[in-house]
Amino acid sequence: MSEEFEFSIKAKSNIAEIIKRYPEGRQKSALLPLLHLAQEENGGWLSVSAMDKVAAELEILPIEVYEVASFYSMYHLKKMGKYVLEVCRTGPCCNVGAEELIHYMEEKLGVACGETTADGLFTIKPVECLAACGSGPVLQIGPDYHYREHLTKEKIDLMIAELKAKG
Amino acid sequence: MGKKILLEHIDVPGINTLEVYRQKGGYESVRKALKEMTPDAIVEEVKKSGLRGRGGAGFPTGMKWSFLDKKSDKPRYLVCNADESEPGTFKDRYLMQHIPHSLIEGMITSSYALGAKTSYIYVRGEMMEVIRILEKAISEAYSAGFLGKNILGSEYSLDLYVHPGGGAYICGEETALLESLEGERGNPRNKPPFPAVWGLYGCPTVVNNVETIANIPWIVNHGGEAYAAIGIGKSTGTKLISACGNINKPGVYELELGVPVEEFIYSDQYCGGIANGKKLKAVVAGGSSVPILPAALILKTALGEPRLMTYESLSEGGFITGTMLGSGGFIVYDEDQCIVRNTWNFSRFYHHESCGQCSPCREGTGWLEKVLHKVEYGHGKLTDMDLLVDIAGKIEGKTICPLGEAAAWPVASAIRHFRAEFEEHVKHPESCCKMHLHYEMIGNH
Repeated sequence: MSEEFEFSIKAKSNIAEIIKRYPEGRQKSALLPLLHLAQEENGGWLSVSAMDKVAAELEILPIEVYEVASFYSMYHLKKMGKYVLEVCRTGPCCNVGAEELIHYMEEKLGVACGETTADGLFTIKPVECLAACGSGPVLQIGPDYHYREHLTKEKIDLMIAELKAKG
Repeated sequence: MGKKILLEHIDVPGINTLEVYRQKGGYESVRKALKEMTPDAIVEEVKKSGLRGRGGAGFPTGMKWSFLDKKSDKPRYLVCNADESEPGTFKDRYLMQHIPHSLIEGMITSSYALGAKTSYIYVRGEMMEVIRILEKAISEAYSAGFLGKNILGSEYSLDLYVHPGGGAYICGEETALLESLEGERGNPRNKPPFPAVWGLYGCPTVVNNVETIANIPWIVNHGGEAYAAIGIGKSTGTKLISACGNINKPGVYELELGVPVEEFIYSDQYCGGIANGKKLKAVVAGGSSVPILPAALILKTALGEPRLMTYESLSEGGFITGTMLGSGGFIVYDEDQCIVRNTWNFSRFYHHESCGQCSPCREGTGWLEKVLHKVEYGHGKLTDMDLLVDIAGKIEGKTICPLGEAAAWPVASAIRHFRAEFEEHVKHPESCCKMHLHYEMIGNH
């Protein structure tokens, strides 16, 4: 069982502003933005409780939230590492060595793609094209989703050391 | 051949800010449109310009605009498709990141032309950085009176919002995008009715790509005829090409349509030739969905004519010997690249991204991926190539949206042009593609 989720006060005012972007009665349009917000406030994943709170905010049924959350690849329906390394595995990045680097990351962290390290810090999540093919291999890390481009083994070593130090 | 419309000021420091953007003539089209032109006059200029949709389909923008149901008393919407996800394509992200106001200005002028009072920019969720940049630019535009009530003292009011996606390639298809914007799964809708009649919330809606909209200010400022004078024939204006793969200078280039492909690949002004002194093997010229062509056919048509970067020249020869300009995602393969592995990789992508609504695509993309995986990993049969072509043919044209074609074309074209390489994988799996010996399948779901 996961813990009960609550939006922060700041998020609540943000939610009110987001809903106003859409016509009256069309508040369901705010679903994707609210799921991003809930995921960010729930430590990087969407528990059932978090999705239920989104449903309550939008006055829709929980099932309407679950069916949408499970469709889109950015929403994590299980607990992930603190840092999700979303690394591109699509053609153009592979042309410039992405496969070798993904395997390097697996070896270095001692986990396979889709798994989380024992300390709960890292999950390797191969993703499809990130629209950065000119600067591949590329990965990004939520919740800021800053791109790390032109990846090399050395850059991955540095990045992991840096994130470990941050804890 | 060096006309720049979108990236003329890309190197100007601070061009991402409203202040510098205005110093370079930015937002002039909003003033001109609101003070001097009727909405219909703008639509006419866009028609005259010959501008074609820059997202990949190449449909004439002015014609798309003129389909908007003007008799309806419902609100009208303009929605910008910034869900750039076609492998090989990164031009919209580049433009929004560096010159966000060019999109905002285009949205305002286009919304006025279409009579939209509320407009949305649907941005790929993964591009959170771009979303923050656009939100900042929009707030600057509100402060300067280019958005909100009574823009520049006119009768016209407009609200503009950024809407983040949730990660789904299919949402780049316009009706899936509208579903997603309504808070639903990204399942494409049957057409007709087209969005121009039944779009967002059942209201008349135009959905246009980022680059398409960013061209509108120039057309308003200089006129449709001036735009049509750039380029060749029905390929008017400039096009952003995002070049990647095994080249010396990957990046986004704005070209006047008509540059020879050979010049684009080898000139230092553009891609700068094949990296590491290797030879050119193949090109996917317009994003992963378009047919792959071997070096000989991308440089020259089957008739021996030099191939040009235009809609017409790239499609010369149809799908037998030609391809498409598509989204402008230009992927270059050197002699060391394995076409079988690349085709399998793309098939996995389409399988992963199929929304599952239509059986031929949901099932067919999975079959393509599995059979290609088998061939790539040395367990294929010589009959598999015909099987792949057969499956591809049974997806194509049998689905609600074009993802079916997008999944079928790369496979059919790879086998058409590189059948010997596929057969080699079957006959001598140990000696052809080394990649699979080193790396097991990555993150298969």
